[in-house]
Amino acid sequence: MSCRNVWKVYGQKPEQFFDDNNGEVSDATTHADKIRNADHIVASADVSFDVHVGEIFVIMGLSGSGKSTMVRCLSRIVEPTAGEILLDGQDLLSVSQKDLIEYRRHKMGMVFQNFGLMPHLNVLDNVAFPLEVQGIPREERRARAQAMISLVGLEGREASFPRQLSGGQQQRVGIARSLAVEPEMWFLDEPFSALDPLIRRQMQDEFLRLQRELKKSIVFITHDFLEALRIADRMAIMRDGAVVQIGRPVDLILNPVDSYVKEFTNDVPSELVLTARDVADPTRTFATGMGEATAETSLADLLPQLASNEAGVIIRDTFGVELGGVTARDVVRALAGKGQEATS
Amino acid sequence: MTRAQPLIWLGLSALALALFLSAGPLAKFPDSWVLSPTDSMNDAMNGFVAVVGPLFKALGWLLEWPVAAAQMLLQALPWAVTASILILLGYIASGWKLAVFTALSLFYMAVIGYWSESMNTLAIVLISVPMAVGTGFGFGVLGFYSDRARKIIMPMLDLLQTIPAFAYLLPILILFGFGTTVGLVASVMYAFPPMVRNTILGLRAVPEEIIEAGMMSGTTPRQLFWKVRLPAAQRQMLLGVNQTTMAALSMVIIASIIGGTNDIGWEVLQTMRKAQFGESLLAGFVIALIAMALDRISHGFATKTREIEPTGPNIWKVSALIVAAVAILSLVVPGLRVWPETWIWNPAPAMNDALEYVVINYREWIEAIKNSAFFFVMLPIKIGLSNAVSPFTWGFALTPILKAVYAVIIAVPALWALRKGHVTAASLIVLWGVVSYIGLTNMPWLPLYLILVFSAYVTSGRGLAIGAALGLGFLLIAGVWPESVLSLYLCGVAVMVAFTLGTLLGIWASENQTVSYIIRPIMDTLQTMPLFVILIPFVMVFKIGEFTALLAIIAYSIVPAIRYTEHGLRNLPDAVLEAAQTVGCSRWQLLTKVKLPLALPAIMLGLNQTIIYGIGMLVIAALVGTNGLGQQIYIGLGDGDFGVGMTAGIGMAVLAMIADRMTQAVSRRRQEQLGLRFDGV
Ligand SMILES: Nc1ncnc2c1ncn2[C@@H]1O[C@H](COP(=O)(O)OP(=O)(O)O)[C@@H](O)[C@H]1O
Ligand SMILES: [Mg+2]
Repeated sequence: MSCRNVWKVYGQKPEQFFDDNNGEVSDATTHADKIRNADHIVASADVSFDVHVGEIFVIMGLSGSGKSTMVRCLSRIVEPTAGEILLDGQDLLSVSQKDLIEYRRHKMGMVFQNFGLMPHLNVLDNVAFPLEVQGIPREERRARAQAMISLVGLEGREASFPRQLSGGQQQRVGIARSLAVEPEMWFLDEPFSALDPLIRRQMQDEFLRLQRELKKSIVFITHDFLEALRIADRMAIMRDGAVVQIGRPVDLILNPVDSYVKEFTNDVPSELVLTARDVADPTRTFATGMGEATAETSLADLLPQLASNEAGVIIRDTFGVELGGVTARDVVRALAGKGQEATS
Repeated sequence: MTRAQPLIWLGLSALALALFLSAGPLAKFPDSWVLSPTDSMNDAMNGFVAVVGPLFKALGWLLEWPVAAAQMLLQALPWAVTASILILLGYIASGWKLAVFTALSLFYMAVIGYWSESMNTLAIVLISVPMAVGTGFGFGVLGFYSDRARKIIMPMLDLLQTIPAFAYLLPILILFGFGTTVGLVASVMYAFPPMVRNTILGLRAVPEEIIEAGMMSGTTPRQLFWKVRLPAAQRQMLLGVNQTTMAALSMVIIASIIGGTNDIGWEVLQTMRKAQFGESLLAGFVIALIAMALDRISHGFATKTREIEPTGPNIWKVSALIVAAVAILSLVVPGLRVWPETWIWNPAPAMNDALEYVVINYREWIEAIKNSAFFFVMLPIKIGLSNAVSPFTWGFALTPILKAVYAVIIAVPALWALRKGHVTAASLIVLWGVVSYIGLTNMPWLPLYLILVFSAYVTSGRGLAIGAALGLGFLLIAGVWPESVLSLYLCGVAVMVAFTLGTLLGIWASENQTVSYIIRPIMDTLQTMPLFVILIPFVMVFKIGEFTALLAIIAYSIVPAIRYTEHGLRNLPDAVLEAAQTVGCSRWQLLTKVKLPLALPAIMLGLNQTIIYGIGMLVIAALVGTNGLGQQIYIGLGDGDFGVGMTAGIGMAVLAMIADRMTQAVSRRRQEQLGLRFDGV
């Protein structure tokens, strides 16, 4: 799935700002300013990104930066003002309402921050709901829903109603429901934000486990940078409706495009994010007394090794090719360096 | 403007006094200015009826069928079958306690001998509730989807709900002619607004995410409404059904005043008119029981929580089997079909005797209470101290010396307030003194008119002042000013007493759990009771008259005053209370310095509701002999005089709306100052 130059403008007459519907403008920033000056709200401004098959694409940004709007544009729950959204080579914005409903019925699933469960349906019927609206017979949809409930580990709670469940359990129902139609695209809008930190961590792990099994193409929204880092294959950072930077988490940490992105990375405990590869110094070569570690070892795991190996540690990639050496001093410098930049 | 306020109050006082003392022609609104719209309204209505009359008659004829069918059905069904259906409904709605309550209520109706009347009432309710719910639902959905429709619907509802119930009857009566249809149509009209409100409220309150989840599940727009929005809003809508049911019942009872229905409301009225108080009390109690049972059953269904799906046999199927069994049994046992005469027990004569005994033996007490309230409270407000104080009433005449003493009594607190810097308060004390001296009904029209308009301006600004000026102007021009002032007086006294007592009770209840526990069921009963049942005990003891009306209005309108005060005091932010306690407030200080000021918005809304309830009861109280707009409506109804009844109805609506907007404005301003939000009980 890709989106190209997607705009969402709220206000009296949003269409007036776009000559044609493809949303291409020469300078997005000035155009957005122009719209804002005309008393309209720009929720998404010229957003373009691709979601590769089977990857977790995270959109991250402060609240109000337009994440929810953006992910809703992808399924046209919110109708974009301009732009293109391509799915399987088809522009979603040009399909009829009827076809759109078919897309939602078969290709998309969504998980909501506050779960969005139907209060009048029990767990089983909530999960079966997307199948029910398709007119699938009761027995079949209940069987399929049952399978999803098992997948998220809620067996035994089928007859409970949402308000009888804890937040974590409710979100499992939400996840099961979103997967019931076996969609290709899986949208999650801050799915764990309403949960306690401990549960959140646990749900993230389970989410990753599910994804290893299911290999969906995922758009995952969060305002929590650490969550993004844990989960993302690639991520986009949004501000005021626009995408500021897209890349792998580590790219963002090592090369933030501006101070806004850097603000986020400052709070990150680098030893968790940076790997041995990122600090390996190629000028150092193997010497006796050095330890060994693979390139993907996090700094947190590397530190104890460094403590016991005065001479440092040599870093090799998965094929055993030597990438360089690291000493305790290098690591401290890398960590402190970030600290220094933050204070400057 | 605020600086000129004291001067304006003083000026108005002086004007009132001058006009009153000069006793000139200016005191009374000139007759030649009265346009008396009643005739032209009657003409217009007659013209309207001439054109559309047949249509309505036909509609009325159509509507009579379902009611007749329902009445026939309920009369024909063996009592045991009807009873078992209702008892089982009670059980399903909220459990065996309600089942027992329903059973006892039905048992009472049968034993006292009012089964057939009760069924007639129930039959109309049975037809009118689905119609009102359907109408309300339709308008609600329309209002939910269309902003433009809502802008028309909402003021319409406001109007329907502020016009006293009685006033509806008149146009309906004229359009449809006598018959059960009037009660049916009136009760649908009166009962559908709460359904509209609850429908809109419920549909709007469905969280956005649930809608989005529905859309993401691939619902079509139609599925989104029927499978997502509607079920998610169901609870609120069922609360609407509950309110609609209660309103429908109370209107059906009120409508029985037209007669010809042979239902339980008619029974009450008839016996009350014949001064058969034992009978009317017994019948009134039937109404109260029907009201309570219907309320609890519909409320039970509305708040029924879905538990984990029961595994046992389906309760509806079991119930159907039980009813079938009872039906078969009643074919065999005749006693189950028609309640046998010999099982009927009529305590009314005994009650009448007891009442007579009490009234005769305690006559002095009763008269003393009545007279002292009348002479010392009601008369002075009505006709002023200048007229009320006489050797006959107070035991002495109002000599010039006493007048001087009165002037001093008013002047001292006014001066004291002035010294403290409360200039406005001082001017208001003077105003109060002058009005009490003259009396409301003797107030020259111009200053009274200006005082009311200016109060509207002070409390809620120019918009309401203009509205009040126009509305009150209508009353003057329509020639119902004297009646309006009488209503203002009666309602004013009742509201003052109800609000004072109610607030005190509310405070007490908020500080004392036992008190709260005792008065809650009493308030519930008073609120579910159809209005004119409340009249009965007071008429029994104090006979017909203004005092009885006053007591009835107080009894009914005190409920919101208590409720809102207690609710407001009990639901204050904890942090504030804890802070106050940490600072070392005593309980008294906590109450007077912290809680009451914070609860003021809630208390003001209580005042608002007290006024609205008071005005609602005012019309009903006209039955026991009051003058004023209520009586006018009643006269209009009795003579089928549309103009008279409608003018009075509009008059009441004008007074109700002004009072409503003024108190709302005060409450809202106070809430904004405090940064609190309070929506209601
Ligand atoms: N229906 C709407 N009407 C007007 N403005 C909206 C609407 N929905 C969202 N917005 C505005 O769009 C911006 C982005 O909102 P949102 O997408 O919810 O941000 P996020 O999910 O990142 O917190 C906000 O400024 C919000 O106020
Ligand atoms: Mg959001």
